[in-house]
Amino acid sequence: MSFSTELLIKVLVVLATAPAMALGLTLLEVKGSAWMQRRPGPLHVGLRGFIFPLATAAKYLQKETIIPNDVDEPVFKWAPAWVIAAVVGLFTIIPLSPTLIVRDLELGVFFLLAISSISTIGVLTAGWSSANKFSLMGGLRAAGQLIAYELPLILSVVGVVIQAETMSTVGIVEKQIEFGFPFVIAGQGIAFIIFMIAATAEMMRTPFDMPIGESELTMGFFTEYSGIRFLIFYISEYINLFVMCAIASTLFLGGYHVPLLPTEWVNFYGPLVLIGKTFLLAFILIAIRWSFPRFREDQLQTLAWKVLIPLSLLNIMVTAIMKVVF
Amino acid sequence: MEAIDIFSYFLLLLLLLSGVKVVTTSNVIHAAIFLVFTLATTAVLFILLSAEFVALVLILVYIGAVIVLFLFGVMITRAPLGPNAELDNDQNKLLAAVISFSIFGIFTYILLQTFDSTVVISEGTSTKLLGEILLSRFVFPFELVSFVLLGALIGGITLARKDNALMDEDQI
Repeated sequence: MSFSTELLIKVLVVLATAPAMALGLTLLEVKGSAWMQRRPGPLHVGLRGFIFPLATAAKYLQKETIIPNDVDEPVFKWAPAWVIAAVVGLFTIIPLSPTLIVRDLELGVFFLLAISSISTIGVLTAGWSSANKFSLMGGLRAAGQLIAYELPLILSVVGVVIQAETMSTVGIVEKQIEFGFPFVIAGQGIAFIIFMIAATAEMMRTPFDMPIGESELTMGFFTEYSGIRFLIFYISEYINLFVMCAIASTLFLGGYHVPLLPTEWVNFYGPLVLIGKTFLLAFILIAIRWSFPRFREDQLQTLAWKVLIPLSLLNIMVTAIMKVVF
Repeated sequence: MEAIDIFSYFLLLLLLLSGVKVVTTSNVIHAAIFLVFTLATTAVLFILLSAEFVALVLILVYIGAVIVLFLFGVMITRAPLGPNAELDNDQNKLLAAVISFSIFGIFTYILLQTFDSTVVISEGTSTKLLGEILLSRFVFPFELVSFVLLGALIGGITLARKDNALMDEDQI
């Protein structure tokens, strides 16, 4: 198969998978929250609530795109593109099995950190170009939050990289198989918790949803967005949820591997196992979202700079010492 | 000409155009976004030269941190929508032209002197090798750079906190 054919197939598969996973997670969130709050709507209406995500998508697609007069039009129009490009780009390094991966980069984890930082530009420009005080406040809050939580996210992954001696995502999973335990048990438990907290903050989900904060800022940085551009922000939120949980299960929970199943069948059960683990983690984040109130802005910064960053630096130190000693 | 050559020339064109737009646009935020394009195309060129690590560092440090902090700074201080007339500066055009052409000349001369017609065949940079060299042969400059960065960090904090400290004393 020539390079271009292969590339085309890979791009098409990713473009089909990303919205499908977003739909699945939207369904999980809607049904999960309805179940937690005893709301009958999403559990019974329309084929027991299963057509809800499709109905939402159809609703936003047919809505009129409203662009206010004072906005900076090109910047405003292209802001959602930054966000969705960054999250879909991360599909490159998610390993569904040792061979079912878009590209097993030597610098896989580094790629994750580099590409995920691009979406901040989209959020900032969306907030600024909307010509709206709420949007600007939301954009600034988002930037402050994303800058603060990118550090613990990076630093918590460093521990895993030290222990696995590789940055390739497949390599990290193979190391865990070789070791017999996933890294969450074998020494990186604290890193896993830091990673999940930082990832929740990066995704701007409750309890870290100050940039959006309906009760304070209407809809934060995407207050002025409507129609398909709003839908793109909405979908990229759920694609990001999928990607972050998939990466977390790859780095800490053994990825596509489960004990006892024969390794030669990994191409068949691998994708199912990884998606299962991802949805499990996503369900935990959804349960947290619907159980906890929002932090205050200063508490958020304190948590990042005074708790998570020192803790992850300590984790790196301990991991490095253990690596040298054993 | 192979497909990759055409792609490279297309990227170079994009790089030049966005580079020119960075300095000619009279809107600060637009300039920052064009700078992102400039850096991103540079990163792609590095990937084409199989220097993955440099490309990703360019994205992580320059796009993900420098540009974001720049945008953040502009928005938090003054964020006028639309073009800013103050940014159009007609003075010193001659001086600017002289300086930029001499820099261009120097770079061209150095590159031609060093490489001329030698074709460098690279099998890609191994990040492992890069790390090993950085922590063995170049360990002293590496530590020195981190020391300089520490100095800059402490200096930045001192400058930024000066007013607060005074204010606290006044309040006491």
